[in-house]
Amino acid sequence: MSVTARDKGLVGCRHCARVWPMEKTRCDRCGARLISRDRASLQKVWAWWLAGVMAYIPANVYPMLKTRTLFSTQEDTIIAGAFELAKYGSYGVAAIILIASVLIPLAKFFAIAYLALSVSRGATMPARRRFVLYEVIEYIGRWSMIDVFVVAILSAIVQLSVAAAINPGIAAIAFALSVIFTMLAAQSFDSRLIWDRIDTPEEDSARG
Amino acid sequence: MLSGQRNVARVIASSSHCDLPGHDTSSQNPKNNMAGICSAGHCCCRANPYLAIMETPTPPLDELIACPHCDALYHVGTIKKGERAKCERCHAKLIAPRKAAGAHIIALALASVVLVVAALFLPFIGISRLGFSNQATILEIAWAFSGGPMLVLSLATLGLIVGLPLMRLLLTLYTLIPLVRDRPPWPGAARAFRLSEQLKPWSMAEIFVIGCAVSLVKLGDLARIELGPAFFMFAVLVVLLVIQDTFMDRWSVWKALEK
Repeated sequence: MSVTARDKGLVGCRHCARVWPMEKTRCDRCGARLISRDRASLQKVWAWWLAGVMAYIPANVYPMLKTRTLFSTQEDTIIAGAFELAKYGSYGVAAIILIASVLIPLAKFFAIAYLALSVSRGATMPARRRFVLYEVIEYIGRWSMIDVFVVAILSAIVQLSVAAAINPGIAAIAFALSVIFTMLAAQSFDSRLIWDRIDTPEEDSARG
Repeated sequence: MLSGQRNVARVIASSSHCDLPGHDTSSQNPKNNMAGICSAGHCCCRANPYLAIMETPTPPLDELIACPHCDALYHVGTIKKGERAKCERCHAKLIAPRKAAGAHIIALALASVVLVVAALFLPFIGISRLGFSNQATILEIAWAFSGGPMLVLSLATLGLIVGLPLMRLLLTLYTLIPLVRDRPPWPGAARAFRLSEQLKPWSMAEIFVIGCAVSLVKLGDLARIELGPAFFMFAVLVVLLVIQDTFMDRWSVWKALEK
């Protein structure tokens, strides 16, 4: 069983890993605020999480892309765009879009909510596995931004006079905000809370 | 006492470390303490060769490291270049010094700055269809959202793909140049380095390059796409950033800044 800084009455800096006595509030080495366990961080997690979920709704309701060709104008939401591609036989690309912009964001919302709940209510999943889940969310979160960049690239280059033009829809900004809020939710989470439970079950069950 | 043969780690006080009979606390047997395992082979004695799990807090605090991800506390032994120390509990990489890392990082960062700045003004991607053609630089791509209320998104996009990567490079150079020359750090270097680390998840050059690939696939059937010089510069930039990151040992930088 690992000995933690808190067990020894010390506090570790989350930015530079320097160890200080518990009563110190600011790291002398990197200047970051010191806190042994940021329980208030859960409130921040939930606030950003809620903002992310709320932004995700207009991101799917409003059009992401406006395509104008010689004879027609079309406005596609994320999901409609994917089905449109599937209709023309590009099943691979349609699947990638559905996974990247629907499945992964939804999975992130559930995973962050689960982690936050597991810290305050207790969890059956072992700490190591929950930590891996957290790392995956942190790693994958920023990649959702790819959708916004694709919209930017398409809108910038497909400007072919009367032949075809693509313009971004208002959902792009909602989607970008949703990704940013979800990243902030994951970053606000103090991952050290995941590990506490296994070392101090009595204390935590009393609190929960 | 578990002490590696190469003196890479020390457990401070291990009186209660292993109470099982046959535990070789003297660690005189080089065959065993190479791997940091006591001669009896108890699983509880499997020590990390570079980081010793703390038993009692006697050493000075600056010889300790607390894992930022799980708060496990270790006493840092001597870690040679090329070796890496991972957290026993969450497996996060904590310390991994490399030979001449500073010089490598500075060289890579300088090259990256040149690539980013030059790529801004060259065509990134082009398209042609039915006799019409168009091409765009990175600035024009970011500007795609500029119509109406989405101007903010244009600025954010520009920041995420160019601004923040460039800023991180400059902050890294500001932190490391004096350290590599064995001079005292420039004012605010600690703050600069911390900011650079905090900005890491927000620097999205590599995501933009992959986004380009996705756009290619999406447009593949509809039009002919040409990748411009800026695209290839960005692709090289992404590789340089990854290499740079493997050279970066946060622990060594913080140690050097503290002196």
